[in-house]
Amino acid sequence: MKNLDSVFAAYVVGWGVFFVFYLTIAKRISNLRAELDRLKNTLPRAK
Amino acid sequence: MTKRIIFGGVAILLVIAAAYAAFFIAPEERTMGLIQRIFYFHAATAWAGEMTFFVCFVANLLYVWKRQPKYDWLSVSSAEVGLACITVVLITGPIWAHPVWGIWWTWDARLTSTFVLWLLYVSYLLLRTLVEEPDRRAMLSALFGIFAFLDVPLVFFSIRWWRTQHPQPVIMGGSGSGSGLDPTMSKVFFFSVLAMHMLAAFLIVERYILEKMKSELDFLAREVETQ
Repeated sequence: MKNLDSVFAAYVVGWGVFFVFYLTIAKRISNLRAELDRLKNTLPRAK
Repeated sequence: MTKRIIFGGVAILLVIAAAYAAFFIAPEERTMGLIQRIFYFHAATAWAGEMTFFVCFVANLLYVWKRQPKYDWLSVSSAEVGLACITVVLITGPIWAHPVWGIWWTWDARLTSTFVLWLLYVSYLLLRTLVEEPDRRAMLSALFGIFAFLDVPLVFFSIRWWRTQHPQPVIMGGSGSGSGLDPTMSKVFFFSVLAMHMLAAFLIVERYILEKMKSELDFLAREVETQ
């Protein structure tokens, strides 16, 4: 099983990049949704 | 929301299935052995990255033509996803290269043009942070995005036009007719390409939703200010 560590590292790091990228998007969407709700409540005609 | 969850679930399942196929279905390559299995992830991610940059390029052209914000949202979304893909390519490539070549990196045409591609799209995203006015930001970044895309064909053809340390093409332009890959390897590779494209498409959709919400927030913030 020569180079198993390298293959494992490539897949884990690669998936990690995509996972972290997705988490940042999900976090930003969650923050924006909260801010949108707050603003909609501020605007009477948007209620 | 449910459609997005299903889409994401399918993309993740395909990526897991592609990894399973790369490890347990594809035959072992004779000279490189186990390390060659990185190829299925590395090359498929590179193809997905180049496709997302193509989407960005088309969106940039459409923005310049029609000046509709939705094309700007699509271009920044696909540029970010493409950048994530090329980051993965630039990480997994050296992990493969070190045991095979004995070096992590060399400045050959393929590696250098890929690194330049990464820098171009980092610059594209940085440029967007420097301009505050939305229409001007969208137009400037669309023009820069069209210019940045010129490097994508250079990356693709670099191993066809020049002799490089990077392996010569085994698919689309390999020696002889058709693919130079074993048929099972070829099937696993194209399945990996499908999986990475699905993942990229899912991430673009999610990132597009974020950009659309940002625009709604800006609109509402202006409404609040005027009251």
